[in-house]
Amino acid sequence: METQRQYEVVFIVDPTADDDEVTRLTESLKQIVTDQGGVITKAESMGRRQLAYEILHKTEGSFMLLEIEGSGKEIAELERRMRVNDRIIRYLTVRVDEDRRRAEKFKAKRARKAAKRPGNQDEQRRGSVAELARPEPAAAEEDAA
Amino acid sequence: MSTNYEDRGRRYNNNGDDDYDRGRSQQGRGGRRMRRRRICRFCIEKVDIIDFKDARFLGNFIPERGKILPRRISGNCAIHQRMLAEAIKRARNIALLPYTTD
Repeated sequence: METQRQYEVVFIVDPTADDDEVTRLTESLKQIVTDQGGVITKAESMGRRQLAYEILHKTEGSFMLLEIEGSGKEIAELERRMRVNDRIIRYLTVRVDEDRRRAEKFKAKRARKAAKRPGNQDEQRRGSVAELARPEPAAAEEDAA
Repeated sequence: MSTNYEDRGRRYNNNGDDDYDRGRSQQGRGGRRMRRRRICRFCIEKVDIIDFKDARFLGNFIPERGKILPRRISGNCAIHQRMLAEAIKRARNIALLPYTTD
């Protein structure tokens, strides 16, 4: 079985399109993804925004965000369709599963460290001499992280 | 999870701009640089993923010219600076941030 990958796709629709057209376009793109065996985990409108620079002489656009889970094949098809469609003025696909897994790992590491920490505090409370002798290990760890 | 793209990252705004001057105004006596403790605010906030869609927040790290604020000024750690740079570049690609400003 192929591994499941997670993607975030952001695309910008021409500003002359009204809300209706944007939703219709989004629905058709979602259809393409599901036809290819992908799963839409999230579809969200980021609203109409000012573009930071002109694209095809346009200064604003409607931003849409899709989150997709799949093998990668549906992304290829989706991107091909978006390239051909001239109502879509820009798109960007980012693979996010690897970053998310990495974030989970960091989180787990922090949790493990936090679990150890209460012991440290006990030792500090015991006496000021011990405290002076040893530089704060907890603080050093924070910096390293 | 729904995100409000306008509001996130505001809490950084109060110290977003003055950071830029940090490197310059630290000329001590004898012309030697004063050392200031480096703090990576992403480490303090325990940030694991920097979202490229959050233009308001990323804007804190691009001074007037539209360049990426260097590590030597922001004090970010290498890992987070890399994540930040990547996010800014993605944001530029979809016109959330400018490549240049004149």
